[in-house]
Amino acid sequence: MLHGKDKLVTLDNAGVFRSRRWLVKGVTMSVGAGEIITLIGPNGSGKSTTAMIALGLLNTDEGTTYRKENLRVGYVPQKLSIDWTLPLTVNRFISLTKNISNKDIDFALSLTDTSHLQKKELRTLSGGELQRVLVARAIAVSPELLVLDEPVQGVDFNGEAKLYGLIEETKKRLNCGILLISHDLHMVMSATDQVICLNGHICCSGTPEVVTSSSEFKNLFGNKAASTIAIYQHNHNHEHSLDGSIKSKAIIEDERNHDLNHSKDKSHA
Amino acid sequence: MLDDFFIRALIGGIGTALVTGPLGCFIIWRRLAYFGDTLSHSALLGVAIALLFEINITFAVFITSLIVAFSLLLLQRGRNLPSDTLLGMLAHSAIALGLVVLAFMTWVRVDLLGFLFGDILSITKTDIAVIWLGGLAVLATLARIWRPLFAATVSAEIAKAEGLKPDYTNIIFMVMMALVIAISMKIVGVMLITALLIIPAAAARSFSSSPEQMALIAIIFGSIAVCFGLFGSLEFDTPAGPSIIVSTLLLFIISILPNLFSIRKKKNSI
Repeated sequence: MLHGKDKLVTLDNAGVFRSRRWLVKGVTMSVGAGEIITLIGPNGSGKSTTAMIALGLLNTDEGTTYRKENLRVGYVPQKLSIDWTLPLTVNRFISLTKNISNKDIDFALSLTDTSHLQKKELRTLSGGELQRVLVARAIAVSPELLVLDEPVQGVDFNGEAKLYGLIEETKKRLNCGILLISHDLHMVMSATDQVICLNGHICCSGTPEVVTSSSEFKNLFGNKAASTIAIYQHNHNHEHSLDGSIKSKAIIEDERNHDLNHSKDKSHA
Repeated sequence: MLDDFFIRALIGGIGTALVTGPLGCFIIWRRLAYFGDTLSHSALLGVAIALLFEINITFAVFITSLIVAFSLLLLQRGRNLPSDTLLGMLAHSAIALGLVVLAFMTWVRVDLLGFLFGDILSITKTDIAVIWLGGLAVLATLARIWRPLFAATVSAEIAKAEGLKPDYTNIIFMVMMALVIAISMKIVGVMLITALLIIPAAAARSFSSSPEQMALIAIIFGSIAVCFGLFGSLEFDTPAGPSIIVSTLLLFIISILPNLFSIRKKKNSI
């Protein structure tokens, strides 16, 4: 598996040592075209650190990393703060690192339901809106490798389902590799090829089914993880569309069934 | 009616405003106001060194600012001291050190006020050439690295992850800052350079909807302030450098008036 030239990024036994401790150690993983790799783990488990190694933002103190030459990357950072002093509209932000045609900007914004924000200033957006714009920008660069650091932060449940759907669609359309960092277990499980469970090192990894049934996973997340789906169902007796209006139950049921069917398909495959 | 020296001052001042506008925008976007202040204060040390070794003052100031900029970068990487402590320390030590070195050189008579607060009315044709050539070089470089520099300003992580090499552009930016300080010292002096960089840029903010527009408006505001300041200093017999800065301040106050007004309007309507 390692050093395969078809892989976009490969980490081999990578470790980062900062402030007298290992942030992560012994991480071996790779992302290839058309793959979705999901990193999960508790706070401070080194998910973002691992992503930063993969992106070349952090140098490793141990192990090696390989990145395809001139890899086109789209990156959605965990957070972005914009000062008042910086006049930056959504439109301008999309072509931050690369010239992007108006047509492509419109397309990326429409995918993330943010077309109406086009002329707005970035700092006036709400958390969820900003998150979707960040995703739109990363998709618009038509990346070979898309790295998303907790992209569903501040996005409500319904928007979350949509965003994951969009990420999957992007993978199919661009055939890009996707590295996704998540704290949300259920939603990730249904779309991902390989889950890597981190806690300073790799606790366990494999297909979603293998990981959820492993004892390391249960130790790390407890029983809550196994019942994540149930928790969502109990807590949400209604849902909102992106504009805040309440969605009808039929639509919600429909989406749920779709999700469930989808994960069933995965397990058969 | 306008004397020759006055025309020279105008041309030199506007040449300076041409570069301080866009560069000042980056300084406030990147929250480097205090950093710029430290660099410009260290320019006085550069002046002292120039007089001591009898080398060109502009060149010595450029080199000193450059050295201070890179030592700051290195020291900040160590992260032992909070960066405002570090900057404050360096800024004032550089001024003090410069003054002490100047005092030791009893054989040279210097116009200290000129270095501290500018001496725009005494600029020569050579000064103008240096300002315009240096300024145009800075503008051309800035135009070339605009995208990566701006991307790194918004998010260094995104810029680096997406292959724009922000470390490299940051170094070029530091060099440009040192150059601008060296060429604008004559106009407003080491104490007021930062003001000429950040106030027109801050005033431009209210009227801009894109970064490029803000840089352009900052140039225009800077030039207006230079004209007003110079005419004002002629009219009221005030020092030219400080008069220019007072003009930028007036522009800034005018720029925020519509905002204040609209806030009050909103409150009334609720």
